[in-house]
Amino acid sequence: MDLIATITPGTLFFYLLASVVVLSALGVALAPNLLYSAFALLGTLGGVAGLYMFLGADFVGIVQLLIYIGGILVLILFAVLLTNRIGEVKLSNPSAGIMLGAPAAVGMLALIAKATLGTPWPLTEEAAAPTTARLGDAFLREQLLPFELASLILLMALVGSMVIARRAAKEEGKIASDGTHDRLAG
Amino acid sequence: MTAILQVGLNHFLILSAILFAIGLFTVSTRRNAVAVLMGVELILNAGALNFVAFSHYVEGSVGGQVFAVFIIVMAAAEAAIALAIVLAIFRHFRSIDAVETSTLRD
Repeated sequence: MDLIATITPGTLFFYLLASVVVLSALGVALAPNLLYSAFALLGTLGGVAGLYMFLGADFVGIVQLLIYIGGILVLILFAVLLTNRIGEVKLSNPSAGIMLGAPAAVGMLALIAKATLGTPWPLTEEAAAPTTARLGDAFLREQLLPFELASLILLMALVGSMVIARRAAKEEGKIASDGTHDRLAG
Repeated sequence: MTAILQVGLNHFLILSAILFAIGLFTVSTRRNAVAVLMGVELILNAGALNFVAFSHYVEGSVGGQVFAVFIIVMAAAEAAIALAIVLAIFRHFRSIDAVETSTLRD
């Protein structure tokens, strides 16, 4: 068996993307600075988008790029910068309970790996091909109800998050105005 | 050796298991609420990757990709709400350290 002949560009591509994903996920888990964690998350999400493309899920990959990297990651960066006082040089990101967390994570990994490798999956061979057209068909036929419900949930989440953030702002304003009132009365 | 070099379903399942384990580690060890959220994003990505891999190698259709898109939509909603809550907690406690926000326990 010629070993070199079995190394296809696809294999190299997979291992490249997989190493990017795993290394930047380790960066998210272990970086001492919260901003570095957020930027490492960029590598993980981008790598997973590449893996979607590798599997022929081109639409899912583009959605991952648009929503995760363009939306969620920017939102997380906003939260990082808003919840750390401006001027604080070190955005601390302490870890705790490694003695408990590491065995749990490793044990879970071993369990999933054992289950994965021990199961005879009923494989079907399918060449990687663009699936956007079939996906759009599925969204407008069999999956129409979940699709509409998803848009409803997005609307609810949008309004709900605005209400939560706004109420906090209003309460803060009330406390501040009460404080000035007391000071004026005193 | 050829089994390792020929990329198949097991490669993706093991990769997403690693991603899930790292996410679990992040969620259970970080004290900063935003960092915990990043761990949740890792776990969601691992799940979506599993769905897409199964739809490619086992189902041979797009059902798994539909699930992956819904997972991404849910993740967007979850991130918006969670970050609004994090901002509210920060305004109230002046900190988002999970250890310091323990009023309910005291």
